[in-house]
Amino acid sequence: MIVEIGHFALVLAFALSLVLSVAPLVGARIGDARLMGIAEPASISILALIALSFAALTVAYVQSDFSVANVWENSHSAKPMLYKITGVWGNHEGSMLLWILILAAFAALVAIFGRNLPATLRANVLAVQGMIAAAFLLFVLASSNPFERINPPPIEGQDLNPILQDIGLAIHPPLLYLGYVGFSICFSFAVAALIEGRIDAAWARWVRPWTLAAWAALTGGIAMGSYWAYYELGWGGYWFWDPVENASFLPWLSGTALLHSAIVMEKRSALKIWTVLLAILTFSLSLLGTFLVRSGVLTSVHAFATDPTRGVFILMILIAFIGGSLALFAFRASTLTAGGVFHPISREGGLVLNNLFLTTAAATVLVGTLWPLLVEAVSGEKISVGAPFFNMTFGPLIVPLLLAVPFGPLLAWKRGDLLAVSQRLFAAFGVSLAIALATFFIVDRVSALAAFGIAVAFWLVFGAITDLALKSGVGKVSAPVALRRFIGLPRSVFGTALAHAGLGLTTLGIVAVSALEVERIAVMQPGDAMDVAGYELRFDGIFPFEGPNYTEEQGRFTYSDRSGRERGEIVSAKRFYPARQMPTTEAGIASRGFSQLYVALGDRAPDGGIVVRAWWKPQVLFIWIGCVAMMLGGAISLLDRRLRVGAPAARRATPARPAVEPAE
Amino acid sequence: MAITRKQKRLAVIGGAFGFLALATTLTFVALGSKASYFYTPADVAEKGVAAGERIRLGGLVATGSIARDGGTDVSFAVTDRIETVTVSYSGILPDLFREEQGVIAEGAFDASGHFVADTVLARHDENYMPREVADSMKARGIWQDGE
Repeated sequence: MIVEIGHFALVLAFALSLVLSVAPLVGARIGDARLMGIAEPASISILALIALSFAALTVAYVQSDFSVANVWENSHSAKPMLYKITGVWGNHEGSMLLWILILAAFAALVAIFGRNLPATLRANVLAVQGMIAAAFLLFVLASSNPFERINPPPIEGQDLNPILQDIGLAIHPPLLYLGYVGFSICFSFAVAALIEGRIDAAWARWVRPWTLAAWAALTGGIAMGSYWAYYELGWGGYWFWDPVENASFLPWLSGTALLHSAIVMEKRSALKIWTVLLAILTFSLSLLGTFLVRSGVLTSVHAFATDPTRGVFILMILIAFIGGSLALFAFRASTLTAGGVFHPISREGGLVLNNLFLTTAAATVLVGTLWPLLVEAVSGEKISVGAPFFNMTFGPLIVPLLLAVPFGPLLAWKRGDLLAVSQRLFAAFGVSLAIALATFFIVDRVSALAAFGIAVAFWLVFGAITDLALKSGVGKVSAPVALRRFIGLPRSVFGTALAHAGLGLTTLGIVAVSALEVERIAVMQPGDAMDVAGYELRFDGIFPFEGPNYTEEQGRFTYSDRSGRERGEIVSAKRFYPARQMPTTEAGIASRGFSQLYVALGDRAPDGGIVVRAWWKPQVLFIWIGCVAMMLGGAISLLDRRLRVGAPAARRATPARPAVEPAE
Repeated sequence: MAITRKQKRLAVIGGAFGFLALATTLTFVALGSKASYFYTPADVAEKGVAAGERIRLGGLVATGSIARDGGTDVSFAVTDRIETVTVSYSGILPDLFREEQGVIAEGAFDASGHFVADTVLARHDENYMPREVADSMKARGIWQDGE
């Protein structure tokens, strides 16, 4: 019964989203407040209905109701409760339902918190959200219905793919979708602005918080996915330039560009047309990502339960939304006026440079990701574009950007003084260079390139610190005054500094692991020891272990440091899940500071030994710590009162209804 | 001479286009040199692959072909039921690597015509073949969905 309620709620949500996509749009056109007024209750009701539907599916999973095909295919009565719940979105149908739930939640948030938006803009934004919701609800109902029953119901389920039975599934997809889908708001705002044919700095102020929120969530989602793959796949890699990873990285790159160009638009009302285009492109890339991941048209190591026939449906949604919005853009962009003027050497100029590099880098990744599809369509040849391509193209494109980052926040608006900024950054430059030279001469195996990478990483971190120090007047005013100024700095300044420093930390982790990683592989008998970068790893033997729904062969290791002191135990295991007859590798990881000792088990050799592959991953944790810093930076910026939707502007007097300049 | 707004804008746009041209060149040079082609064992026999050229070799792991030397080296045969290529690999094979399963081996033929892989991929999901493998075997009428 509850399953049917869930299904019915989904159908109702679809019907209501059709109403939402039309009525407010017409209302805004003819100036009918009652029609526009439908948008708010409709958005909130759609959220309530989809939440009900999602709850119904969750109940079916928790109760292990195997009469529901989706539950039967992806769950098992012996599965731990956490994975019964997270398993709701550990499959195609459920993950699409989560996607739509988040979409509806964002629309409802705009409806609730956007009460101070101009009525027509709000109506149009919600109508566009309604269209996206309608398209995806139709997709779920027509081709991916999670509520389908089977008769007679099987006695036991087929279990969730064991690789997904991990805490990562609880965090990674929801965060990633918050990012992907969050950009839909920026898209809707852009389309609404194009429909109205007018746009101004206030538009950027309304869009910025949504961009920030989506971007922060996407950053966290990608980082979590990367760490999950790192510890779960047993290969010790954190980024494979795999199509599915690129699919999430593309909206991140263009979303980062959008985040920065919206600042220019808000502060200087320049780059309007470009910002609107970026908003459209960013969500288009999110849709493309959804398509690539769900359709399985590209071979990926991360592809789960893909289905090419459904891909065609998503492809049609993709074409309709991207094509429609770009056509609207081409048609209307000329009515939007160009904004303020600025000198190339200025804060605006720096942000334009940021956008140029980020979008070019995104284009490169896009070409590399889609190239195999294109080649196959044209010549029938199957090719693969992997890490070597991306290292050769993405690397050279992104390094100049990283070098330029510390200059950006220090340049003045409109016309900056590059020489003065360089002088201020001199200390940061000197310290970074000194650290890089020190590592180059002291640490073995650090190449010139690695030393350069380390210099770039520290340059970013010290550049961010310099920015904070200068803005609070360190060295110019007395310490207590500087401290008071420091505390009084706008939150967005802290956010920027933290995110830029985070970028440096991630760079540091990547450079350190690439340059100094140590890998050892050997067949070990119990009692054998192996040296991994100065740590002695002793194999104590294989011990059986019974999990709730799996059996495990645990390889236990003891490791000692250079002085010979025992430091702890590492358990690395091979699991076997009988329900799916599937083995998985559980890597054993020990952290030493920010570095990690990583141990994976291979096959048993005939003589009782076992293949052991071990890595020393120096400073590897900085890769994800940096991402967390970026995410926190986004979150702190979001708390800035200037960005709070509904908060009165700090200096300028705000008219009761925010003035929207006519575009002409 | 003062630089006009128009000239300034032209310089910026020119710079941007120069940069884009550079990026485009880089991308296509990289695509030309870094993309690797997918071959089945039958493709290898038909077309031939130069020693040292990086390719992705795909097919099924032939039954009874997995041989370990007692150490970390392993060799196995990749087959598309027409031709077979023996692959040697050093390292840990993926969890879902087993006989009669689809597999992709990335690497190159050495001078003596022996295929040495540095990466071996099997899918995470036991229900699916790597797509290239499934497609090319379907094209040759050897494998059908659901087999």
